[in-house]
Amino acid sequence: MERTTYRSAAIRDGLGVGLAVGLSGVAFGAAAITAGLSVPQACVLSLLAFTGASQFALTGAVGAGGDLVAAASGALLLGGRNTLYGLRLADLLGVRGPRRLVVAHGVIDETTAVALAQPSPESSRTGFVTTFATLYVTWNITTLAGALGTSALGDPGMLGLDVVGPATFLAILWPRLAGSGELRLLAAAGAGIALLATPFLPPGVPVLLSAFAVLVVMAR
Amino acid sequence: MTLWWAIAAVCLGCYALKLAGLAAPRQVLDHPAVRRFAELVPVALLSALIAVQTFTADGALAFDLARTAGLVAAVVALVLRAPFLVVLIAAAATTGVVRLFLG
Repeated sequence: MERTTYRSAAIRDGLGVGLAVGLSGVAFGAAAITAGLSVPQACVLSLLAFTGASQFALTGAVGAGGDLVAAASGALLLGGRNTLYGLRLADLLGVRGPRRLVVAHGVIDETTAVALAQPSPESSRTGFVTTFATLYVTWNITTLAGALGTSALGDPGMLGLDVVGPATFLAILWPRLAGSGELRLLAAAGAGIALLATPFLPPGVPVLLSAFAVLVVMAR
Repeated sequence: MTLWWAIAAVCLGCYALKLAGLAAPRQVLDHPAVRRFAELVPVALLSALIAVQTFTADGALAFDLARTAGLVAAVVALVLRAPFLVVLIAAAATTGVVRLFLG
């Protein structure tokens, strides 16, 4: 009985998070087209990279006219946190063999958050799979819709779509900033470093440079 | 074509990074410095992205009233505990409206 309750709670969490975040694929599709990517390029990123922050980071740097190597490096550095999620989830999900190749694609912020919030390993697995499936399907459909819609609109700046990227990052960060003065300091330092470096370095590089703020905080 | 290469690199790299974590030896995570780095890096990078995408244009510092207003709207929505999508819509609508009226 209790086990069933846990599982249905995990399914509910997974569907809720998957749908809500998945719908913001519209924002990614729009941001990608605004940055100068084609509709197929936006869709390939959502299908194969499937990690929102890295996707936004790449298109943001491309849109700013940035060096592509720096743009891709920034995206990969952000993707590095999925490695750390994977380390954490490996035990919990207990996947072995070829199935691991599929599960790996779903290791992102939202699936990790839902999986870790469940009270038992079994419901964690349910939560992970539900979030992954819902988010993957929604995110890819809405990316296509956002990309096609923006292509048809012409000037996305008129609709205020250029603020959607930063607003997405802020919404992801918010709960963590609200809970910790140290993280607020780190956020301010990261933002400060990137802004100060912007006039002197190619686009994309200032964002990478902000990682030095982490070393300063860790060394304290 | 070059952009396609960057996209391919990001797709392959992101997948490899995800798989590396699932397949890595368990004791890696037990290192406190690794845990701490994992917690802190996204905060610095995402903050930097917010700042750069809001307050710079074409490689220079730039103040865009409409974009700033949109970000402020997002902050207000977050303080009011609005759901994720509402935050994004509030930000985009505010930027769009301010730009419409102030150019």
